[in-house]
Amino acid sequence: MSLLQVEGLGIEFGGVRAVHDVSFAMKPGEIVSVIGPNGAGKTTLFNMISGVYLPGSGRVKLDGEDVTGMSPHLLARRGLSRTFQNLQIFQQMTVLENAIAGYHLQESGHLLADLLNLPSSRRRAQVAREGAQKLLERVGLGRAGEQEAGNLSYGALKRLEIARALALKPRVLLLDEPAAGCNAVETEEIDHLIAEVAAEGVAILLVEHDMKMVMRISNHIVVLDHGEKIAEGDPATVSRNPDVIAAYLGTQEAADADG
Amino acid sequence: MPELMQFLLSGVTVGAVYALVALGFTIIYNASDVVNFAQGEFVMLGGMITVFAFKAGLPLPLAALIAVAVTAAIGVALNKLAIEPARGAPVVSLIIITIGASIFIRGVTQLVFDKQLHRFPAFSGDDPIRVLGATILPQSLWVIAGALAVFVGLWLFFTRTLMGKAILATSNNRLAAQLVGINTAWVMTLSFAMSAGIGALAGVLVTPITLVSYDVGIALALKGFAAAMLGGMGNPKGALVGGILLGLLEALTAGYISSQYKDAAAFIVILAVLFAMPQGLFGKKSTDRV
Repeated sequence: MSLLQVEGLGIEFGGVRAVHDVSFAMKPGEIVSVIGPNGAGKTTLFNMISGVYLPGSGRVKLDGEDVTGMSPHLLARRGLSRTFQNLQIFQQMTVLENAIAGYHLQESGHLLADLLNLPSSRRRAQVAREGAQKLLERVGLGRAGEQEAGNLSYGALKRLEIARALALKPRVLLLDEPAAGCNAVETEEIDHLIAEVAAEGVAILLVEHDMKMVMRISNHIVVLDHGEKIAEGDPATVSRNPDVIAAYLGTQEAADADG
Repeated sequence: MPELMQFLLSGVTVGAVYALVALGFTIIYNASDVVNFAQGEFVMLGGMITVFAFKAGLPLPLAALIAVAVTAAIGVALNKLAIEPARGAPVVSLIIITIGASIFIRGVTQLVFDKQLHRFPAFSGDDPIRVLGATILPQSLWVIAGALAVFVGLWLFFTRTLMGKAILATSNNRLAAQLVGINTAWVMTLSFAMSAGIGALAGVLVTPITLVSYDVGIALALKGFAAAMLGGMGNPKGALVGGILLGLLEALTAGYISSQYKDAAAFIVILAVLFAMPQGLFGKKSTDRV
């Protein structure tokens, strides 16, 4: 059975169909990429799946459970975690604290134990701290722990967001342009990281503009244009699909008309 | 010398009340960036409800407990009915809503209770205690102890507990907080309950000294806000220090210059401090990413 199932998802903003009737499914350990020209509705689709927007139509099912329009903190409890294209970082906290925040749900603290700073409370905090440090090392931020997050570069913040999302031990991870603002070396590191995480059984939904990366790591690609799904399949099939090529490069007739 | 001591003692007492109001501002500000101008009404409600519960024959501690609980519930209602529906509106709009709410609460209090000045007996009698030639009321000690206890409690809550950290995380970035599984609606509810409860506690403690009527909240909200700004908005330590400094400033001005100038002197000093340190004494410098 599929882990994440999207059925006929759609939303309108003031009469404009931003996304219309998009369906696809993901299995554990699968990397699915959503591609399409700018404005195709990729981020909007992400926002609906992750509970930031309430879909106008359609269903989102997580492990068979209907989670359509459920708020992000409840989805986090059910194992769905995401990153943002334009970053949602705790700017005034340190890098390590940002990663520790990802352990919020696992640190189910007892108020009194915490207030009295009992050993059990300290132990829990220690577990979170060590786990967070390991995750930072995994994304290449091991030495930046004590820096204020707001001082990091865009590329580093993208990786910090991934570390925080991983701290939730998600079953489904949505990554919105994880490689944007990263140099070639960093992109390759993220590439490996994504493959590693998927190999552990996490289903990864990816929006990414770096086509080389998308073609290399995806098991399955969903192509959007003007809010509608125009193709889906494995990378080789999708890259040969004439509709996809037209959406990205324009059709011959359009080119003639412009010329 | 005894004169100075007397001014200091009364300054700290008044300052402790301001500090409690400022702490209330701090909590809601931390959770939502909203400056809740209904904070003074919570203090008034704490006093008024205790007065009427006590008059109805309840023992004083129980009356006080009810007052704190009812006020906390009113705080939650304020959030649910006035702030939450406007979520997404600019912070300035939310602040204006709190001003409206404060006028509303004042009006309802006037109708439900009355417009008279009230008091109930002090907790430990009215015999002044002599300290270095000056005197202090036992009730003043209650006020000071109350402010310190609340401060320590809040400090532990925010630095040690998961819920306290969740509130700080929510103030830092609401969406990011939701992403890591924090229920930000619950954070708001809790903040308003705590804030209102602390305000009511201040009202319970101070009413035997200053008396209470439906309209004492406005002045307290202004002073508490000034204290929070002086100390640095959002910082519990700043709220405590700011409150006590403001109380001392007022008492010393009233004692050595004229009691007519005490408000003016306090606000002039605050303005001077904020010119030099716009973030307040303990405020963190904030920079926005561009």
